[in-house]
Amino acid sequence: MSKLKELLMPKSIPSALLLALLVLMFVIPAFGGDYALYLVMSILILCLFSFSVNLLLGYTGLLSFGQAVFYATGAYACGKILQAYPNLLVGIIGGVVISCVLAFILGWFCVRHTRIYFAMITLAFGMMGFSWFVRWRFVGGYYGLTYVPRAPIEIPYLFSISMEPRFAQYYFVLIVSLIAIYLFYRLVHSPLGLSFQGIRDSESRFAFTGISVRNTRLLCFAIAGTYAGLAGVLTTFVELAVSPFASHWATSAGPVIATLLGGMYTFSGPIVGSIVYYLVKDLVVRHTMQWMLPLGIVVVALVLGLRGGIVGALQRSLFPRLGVRFMEGSSNERSDIKH
Amino acid sequence: MEAVILQGLNGLTAAMYIWLVAAGLTIAFGVLGVLNLAHGSLYMLGGFFAFTFFHLLGLNFALSIILAIIAVGICGFLMERFFLRPIYGEALEIQLILTFAFILILDNATRYIWGTAFTLPKMPSLLEGRVHIAGGVFAIYNLFIIATGIAVFAIVWLILDKTWWGKSVRAAASDREMANAVGINIRTLFSTAFIFAAMVAAVGGAVSIPVRVITSGIGGTIIVDAFIVLVIGSLGSLTGAFVAALIIGLVSAYCQLYIPGMQMFVPYLVMAIVLTIRPQGIFGEAR
Repeated sequence: MSKLKELLMPKSIPSALLLALLVLMFVIPAFGGDYALYLVMSILILCLFSFSVNLLLGYTGLLSFGQAVFYATGAYACGKILQAYPNLLVGIIGGVVISCVLAFILGWFCVRHTRIYFAMITLAFGMMGFSWFVRWRFVGGYYGLTYVPRAPIEIPYLFSISMEPRFAQYYFVLIVSLIAIYLFYRLVHSPLGLSFQGIRDSESRFAFTGISVRNTRLLCFAIAGTYAGLAGVLTTFVELAVSPFASHWATSAGPVIATLLGGMYTFSGPIVGSIVYYLVKDLVVRHTMQWMLPLGIVVVALVLGLRGGIVGALQRSLFPRLGVRFMEGSSNERSDIKH
Repeated sequence: MEAVILQGLNGLTAAMYIWLVAAGLTIAFGVLGVLNLAHGSLYMLGGFFAFTFFHLLGLNFALSIILAIIAVGICGFLMERFFLRPIYGEALEIQLILTFAFILILDNATRYIWGTAFTLPKMPSLLEGRVHIAGGVFAIYNLFIIATGIAVFAIVWLILDKTWWGKSVRAAASDREMANAVGINIRTLFSTAFIFAAMVAAVGGAVSIPVRVITSGIGGTIIVDAFIVLVIGSLGSLTGAFVAALIIGLVSAYCQLYIPGMQMFVPYLVMAIVLTIRPQGIFGEAR
């Protein structure tokens, strides 16, 4: 409860910012247009997808090129379920569970490898998924899945909430994302989260503790796949259509870039990164269609100059000067909030 | 029977493009220790430059290919000097992300410069036409590409095995510090090795222009195949990459013949199987 109290009565600049951001997100429907809502929903979805990448890359030290396949699986599964049985709860839970199961199965093969081999086998599975979805008539083949109904949240005989109004969609995405973000926060600050970081920092030392490296990695992979699946499910909910290109490995570029922008060893990195990613994209797209070019340049600059991303830079330079600590510690230390 | 032979030749042709990119990747990885995801984009640049020289400026075909290869060599030099040099010895993930950014940059830059609508330039008359092999008809140009691939394999092997520079490259690949200690200028060697690697990939793109449409985004497609080939044939082995490229080319070609619709799927399946059974690749020693 102390954290909740801290959040509601902030004593430091970061928690004040966090509170302001939360309040802003809840009141946006009151004055923002449809585009603003769409933008915030996209940011939240990208944020969940980036968590998936960051859990593997930042916390466990595994670069996956195949996260897009779980994203697409979640999206397709949710779309198919909603077409068969228009109930949002079933669609969401079904999509997430199916992508989680797939992540467990593929993960069993993937976690035997590390580094380049891990990157390559995830790429192989990702592209296998892509070539499968492109050809699979059941999910619309090349043209993708369309005409997904706008299903209500419904528990039969109890209640049914229509998702037709835009603000209802917005609040649904917002609440689901906030719950997922909170769970992720608890995860990376739990002993399990610490063991992920232990594997990243020294695999052999971690093995000496007697915990299975492979099983821990598998768990990490499955959780990451589930988050990617959740992002996909929410995308289907917002867009009402799925394209097979959702499973192409280039789709993974967005979350990787967002993670890198924000800072990949931190919890808040992907959140900040997703916001900046969409703001940059929004600005660039107004002037030119070639928005990948400036984005690529930003990534090159980040890799060469600002490895910790925005959050890393703030943690290093700005916040110590202001005399505040950020909500989370750096990658190597677990720090509780102290004031 | 004819179909089997002809499809085999088609498979070999496809294998050569992959092989040329994979060869460049292998050299760059072996010497610099950098896995360059943007190597397929150098292949693409080779195609765009050759297209410009041959089709837009109307130069001689052979001359355009040579000019294109040199131009890509210059691009490779710039890339190595300003972007890869700072990240030698960094974590692999960092290298992959940086070079991935280069795919985005080069894809968009080429789309910006050359546009999107493309035609196949007219084939040079010497390489036009068809030959009859085993009762079937086969384009001479495909034979030319197979010959180019094999010739590049021979040239790369000769350069690495017989010349002084090749020996320094191999010395640096096996022990960088020791090579430095015996007086090899590592920085220059790295630059030249990367330029060489870029040029090898550019050969593929440059010779492909009369038969394959060069578009932005082709780099990202071919690099995936090249990586598959690299992993199957063991990272860092040129012969392994060559054999693996042949395997992937032939397997895809025969899939097209016998189980159409699956040829996109099969290379990944082959790689997943190889990685599961023999993680070090076909030509690798146990890790």
